[in-house]
Amino acid sequence: MNSQLQPVPWKLHLAVLAAALAFPFVFPSNFAVNFGVLALFYAFIGQSWNMAGGFAGQLSFGHVAFFGAGAYASTILQLRFGMSPWAGLPAAALAGALVGGVIAVLSFRAGLRGSYFALITLAFAEVLRIIANSTDLTGGGLGMLIPMKAGAANFQFAERSGFYYLILLLTLLSVALAEWLRRSRFGARLAAIRENEESAMALGINVFAEKVRVMLLSGALCGVGGCFFAQYFLYIDPTIVFGVDKSVEMLLVSIIGGAGTVYGPLIGAVLLALASEGTRAITQVPGLSLVLYGALLVLIIAYLPNGLIDLFKRRPQPRKETR
Amino acid sequence: MDPTILAAAAINGLLLGGMYTLVASGLTLIYGVLHIINFAHGSMLMLAMFGVFYLLTKFGIDPYLSMLVMVPAMYGLGYAIYKGVIGRLSSGRDENILLITLGLSILIENIALMLFKGDSRTISVSYSDTMIELGPTLVPLPKLISFAVAMLLCAALALFIQRTDTGRAIRAVAKERVGARLVGIDVDRIFAISYGIGLATLGAAACLLMPIFYVSPTIGHVFVLVAFTVVVLGGMGSFLGAVVGGMIVGLTESFGGLFLGESLGQIGISLIFILILLLRPSGLFGARR
Repeated sequence: MNSQLQPVPWKLHLAVLAAALAFPFVFPSNFAVNFGVLALFYAFIGQSWNMAGGFAGQLSFGHVAFFGAGAYASTILQLRFGMSPWAGLPAAALAGALVGGVIAVLSFRAGLRGSYFALITLAFAEVLRIIANSTDLTGGGLGMLIPMKAGAANFQFAERSGFYYLILLLTLLSVALAEWLRRSRFGARLAAIRENEESAMALGINVFAEKVRVMLLSGALCGVGGCFFAQYFLYIDPTIVFGVDKSVEMLLVSIIGGAGTVYGPLIGAVLLALASEGTRAITQVPGLSLVLYGALLVLIIAYLPNGLIDLFKRRPQPRKETR
Repeated sequence: MDPTILAAAAINGLLLGGMYTLVASGLTLIYGVLHIINFAHGSMLMLAMFGVFYLLTKFGIDPYLSMLVMVPAMYGLGYAIYKGVIGRLSSGRDENILLITLGLSILIENIALMLFKGDSRTISVSYSDTMIELGPTLVPLPKLISFAVAMLLCAALALFIQRTDTGRAIRAVAKERVGARLVGIDVDRIFAISYGIGLATLGAAACLLMPIFYVSPTIGHVFVLVAFTVVVLGGMGSFLGAVVGGMIVGLTESFGGLFLGESLGQIGISLIFILILLLRPSGLFGARR
C-alpha cells in the first residue's frame, strides 16, 4: 500500500512546514488559530490511531480508552496532587501506553482479530467510561474543570498561538514517527502482519510481540492527545473523553485520509476540521458536518479504498535510463 | 437482602432481557449469514422508532398495530440498502462492509439530529400505565407484551431458518458461500434478504419498545453495545443464544444496578462482553469457527 507511494519531495515538505509555521501570523484571528489547533489535534490523534489501525492493520474502535486515560491521568495529577501540567504530558503518555499494553496483551493473547478486536476495544473503553463516571477521584459524571491560570509554566498560553505551536510540534513528532515506521524494519514487520498474519508468522516474525509494541506506541501518543485536549478545553468528563465519538473521529480521520500512510491522517484531519468548523460557521444546525463525513466515509470505502491520499499519488515517472 | 427485592430485580432483569433479545435477534441473523457486524443496527432501530412515533402522533395508529406497516417497511429498507449501498460498494471485503455500516450509522444518526434535534420524545397510549401483578412486584403490561413477543419472534425466526426453502438457502450461504452459489442459490439476493429480515425485526422491536421507552436521535447508542454483547454471548447466528444471552445481560444489568448503584452497575455488561470475547469468542451456542 504505502510502499508504492512515491516519496514526497522535500520541497513540498518545506513548503507545508513553512505554511504551518506562518499560519498564526497570517491569520491571527481567534477563529483561524482555533481552526488550526483543531486540525492539528485531529491530525495528531488520527496519526496515533494510524500506527495501530493503519500500519499494523489492527482495526480499533476503542482508541478513546487511551485518549481518556491520558486526559484523566494528567488532570488528576494536576488537580488532586498539585503537579505541574507539563508533568502531565509524560504521565499521559505512560497512562495511554499502559492501557494500550494491557488491552493488547489480553486480546492478542486470546487471538482476537478483525471485528472481534474492534468490539473488545470498544468494550474496554466503555468499562473505563463507567469507572470514570462512578468514582470520586475522577469527579464522576460532573467531570473535572481545570481552573484558568494563564502562564506558559501552567500550560495555559495567553495567546492561542502558544497552543498552536505546541500541537504543531506534537504533530510533527507523530509524522516523524510514522515516517520512521514506514522505513524501519519494525514497520516492515507490521506491514507483513497487516497483509497476512499467518505468512508473517511463517517468516519468523513474533506477531504477538510486534502487535503489543505498536499498541504501546499508539496508546502513548493517543494519551498525549488526551492531555492536550484537557489543557486546551480546560474541561473533561467521561462521555467526552471516553465516548465512542472520539474513537470514531480518529478512525475517520485516518481512513478517509489514507490508513497506513504517513500523510493520510493530515489530509483527513484538515478535512474534518473544515467540515466541522465550516458548517458551524454557516449554520447552527448540529450534525451537518458529520453527515458530510459519514457520506464521505461510504464513498471513500467504495471508490478510493486507500483514502484521499490516492488522489495525490503521483504516477510513477518513466525511467530515463533503461537497464 | 430482602428476597422480595431480589425477586423483583430478577423479574425486572428478565423483562429487560426480553427487550435486548428483541434488538439482538436481527443482529445475530445478519452476523450469522453475512459474517459482518452491522454497526448501523442502532441507528436503524432509531429510524424505526421515529416511524412508530409519527404513525401514532400524525395518523393515530396504535404502536402495536403499526407493526403491520413497520415490519414490511423496514424489510424493504434493509433489502434496498443492501442491494444499493452495502453490496454494491463494499467490493465484498468484510472490513469494508463494517466501515460502510459505520458510515451509514453516522450519516443516519446525524440526519436525524438535524431533523428532529436532540430532544427525546415519548408517546402515551391508554395501556402505558396498566400494571399487572407478577409475584412480588407490579410490571407494566407493555413490558410483558414485549417480552412475550420477543420470545415468539425468536421462535418464529428459528423455525423460518430451519423449515422454509429461503431459510435453507440462508443457512447454506452462511456455511459455504461458494458451494451455495454452485447449487444455484443467488447469494447476493440471500444477503439482501437476510439484511432485510434483520431490519424487519427492528421494525417489530420499535413497535414494542415505543410504549415503554423514549426515542431520540442517539437512542441507538443505548442498545448497540448491549445488543453486540447479547449476540456475542449467545453465539453469533444463534436465536436460542439471543434469548439466553438477552436474559443473562438483562439480569446482570438489573442486579448490577441493585448491588453497585446505577452508575457503576452498568459495568457488568461490558465485563461480560470482554470476558466472553477473551475466553469463548464463539459464545454459548455458536458454532466454533
